[in-house]
Amino acid sequence: MKDTLEIRWHGRGGQGAKTAALLLADVAFSDGFYVQGFPEYGPERMGAPITAYNRLSRNVLRSHSNIYYPDVVVVVDESLIGPVDVTAGLKEDGVIIVNSEHSPEEVRAEFAGYEGALYIIDAKAVSERNIGKNMPNTPLLSSVVKVTGLLSKESFFANMEGSFFHKFAAKPEVLEGNMSALKEAWEEVAEA
Amino acid sequence: MIENRMEGINEKSPWQDMTVGGVVLAGGNSVEFLTGDWRTQTPVWHPEKCKQCLMCFPYCPDSSIPVQDRKRLDFDLDHCKGCGICAAVCPFDAIEIR
Amino acid sequence: MSKKDRLSGNEAVANAIRQIDPDVIAAFPITPSTEIPQYVSSFKAQGKLTSEFITVESEHSSISAAAGAEAAGVRAMTATSSAGFALMHEMLYVVSSDRLPVVMAVVNRALSGPININNDHSDSMGSRDAGWIQLYSENAQEAYDNMLMAHRIAEHPDVMLPLMVCQDGFITSHGVENIVLEDDETVKGFVGEYRPDEHLLDPERPIGVGPYGVSPYYMEMKRGQTEAMCRAEAVIEEVSREFGELTGREYGLFEEYRMDDAELGVLCIGSSAGTGKDAVDMLRARGVKAGLVKLRVFRPFPAAKLASALKGLKALAIMDKTDSFSAQGGPLGAEVRSALYQTGVIVPAVNYVYGLGGRDVRVETFEEIFAELEKIADGAPAEAFRYIGVRER
Repeated sequence: MKDTLEIRWHGRGGQGAKTAALLLADVAFSDGFYVQGFPEYGPERMGAPITAYNRLSRNVLRSHSNIYYPDVVVVVDESLIGPVDVTAGLKEDGVIIVNSEHSPEEVRAEFAGYEGALYIIDAKAVSERNIGKNMPNTPLLSSVVKVTGLLSKESFFANMEGSFFHKFAAKPEVLEGNMSALKEAWEEVAEA
Repeated sequence: MIENRMEGINEKSPWQDMTVGGVVLAGGNSVEFLTGDWRTQTPVWHPEKCKQCLMCFPYCPDSSIPVQDRKRLDFDLDHCKGCGICAAVCPFDAIEIR
Repeated sequence: MSKKDRLSGNEAVANAIRQIDPDVIAAFPITPSTEIPQYVSSFKAQGKLTSEFITVESEHSSISAAAGAEAAGVRAMTATSSAGFALMHEMLYVVSSDRLPVVMAVVNRALSGPININNDHSDSMGSRDAGWIQLYSENAQEAYDNMLMAHRIAEHPDVMLPLMVCQDGFITSHGVENIVLEDDETVKGFVGEYRPDEHLLDPERPIGVGPYGVSPYYMEMKRGQTEAMCRAEAVIEEVSREFGELTGREYGLFEEYRMDDAELGVLCIGSSAGTGKDAVDMLRARGVKAGLVKLRVFRPFPAAKLASALKGLKALAIMDKTDSFSAQGGPLGAEVRSALYQTGVIVPAVNYVYGLGGRDVRVETFEEIFAELEKIADGAPAEAFRYIGVRER
């Protein structure tokens, strides 16, 4: 991994892109990283395109600007591809991770002119199978951690189990579902 | 008796002698401020017409109608500003404004 | 024991308030400060603080309730932003002239118009002459630390002035970052108890607060108020030194970053300072003698010390996140130029107006500024003021 990993999240208001960025910051923090997780704010409207960011580093983070040249772009809502230039400023060795129900070929076709790395995860299906409802953040987080190499599989899972344990202390079945969603997404995320 | 801790602080005092925030370190001291000389008209009490109903007393905005043993006394002209409210509320024409 | 955590600036301030556990909190919500009373009311519901939490109908009322509580002899706090801050404007003067050490969390946001909810400093700078001490924070850590120091400064017998701790709306208030929190006991020990000499609820020693200041007294009272502000500088330094000994985190009136041999300097306030430091490091790697000064204390204004820190620069950028519409730039520009004139320090300076209404401030913004400063240092004329980061034809 690079010294500093810069990630840009694209989602729609209410879908949890900001929450996902904060979750990722939490995960990295618990592994000793310096972290930033922040949204780009505007008038808050459900369904409108929103952007959130992560800076994750082994060094102290001081800069407070938005991220213009991300290492990683995560598209939480596939319908944003096109209306929003999700590849803007992406570094040459950067990667895009898309939450999509479509085949790798179909998703690749949506990125006309983009030659770089592209990963697909059907976070909706994974969460519905394991958690019983569409909660894409957990599987998406797992895919991002795997693709970026932020944490090893072992420490990521151990770390998440600990935080889920606290979060869902009263509902052990939810913990189990979330853990299996993480594990499935780790395996499922595929290069397109 | 409430201690007056404002002794020596007056309109000639240097700024260094002012209290913090202008706090008035005393209580019940409005009696020291004689507002009677603001008066242009003066109320006159006619005890022979007065029935001691005490309607005037609560209406007086300047607490200038002393009451003792449930009976009003003559006006405190050191503080009465001559507003005339007492005369207006008196049911017995016992107060005249001159 | 201090504890490493990751919190947003609003969470950090709410935690400081929980640890300080003031007697009264009066608040009315407004973005982006809303979360502070929201988190605080959760702490209250969970029994984690004992404060009386007063919900009011406006910011004029929240600051008035805080003033009343302070006059009654207890610690009172509030929080606000932007238009809510502006609604307090009248009462800010009352609180400071009555010498009530209210502590307020300000989350800086633009004042309309056009209507905008994002960050700049137009709200708190608009009330810079209201007689409050103003501390500004670069990040969540500083917002937290400034809050822990606030009461010690405001309630100091030499001072007795209200104090606002400002941080940048959304940029630090809603961004999650690493932070070190002190434990509750350490905070309580440092902040201490508040026992004012005089208060309204002592029947043995009745007092009157907020009297009409007739002309023969008004100026003497104002002179006393300004004296307190003059004394505040030394108190801020003393409290900050003690805080540094306790936590290892050093604070002064301002922070100098790579200024020792700097020829080109940038002076700014708030979250952009971190971005500026990254730019300074990049330029230093290229051999440019760049440096940065971040102002923490805007009121009282540390004129002499700041001028001394800027002395020796060949060119200076003074950055204002608000416009005074004086046709001369912003408030920091005016204060710094006045400080330089008064101390006889001559540095060619440009006053940049930047980052208004949430306009992002990037490392590239600072690079552009330093490039201009290089030309000025080589003899190019310095514009009095100009906007940066604005689209121009």
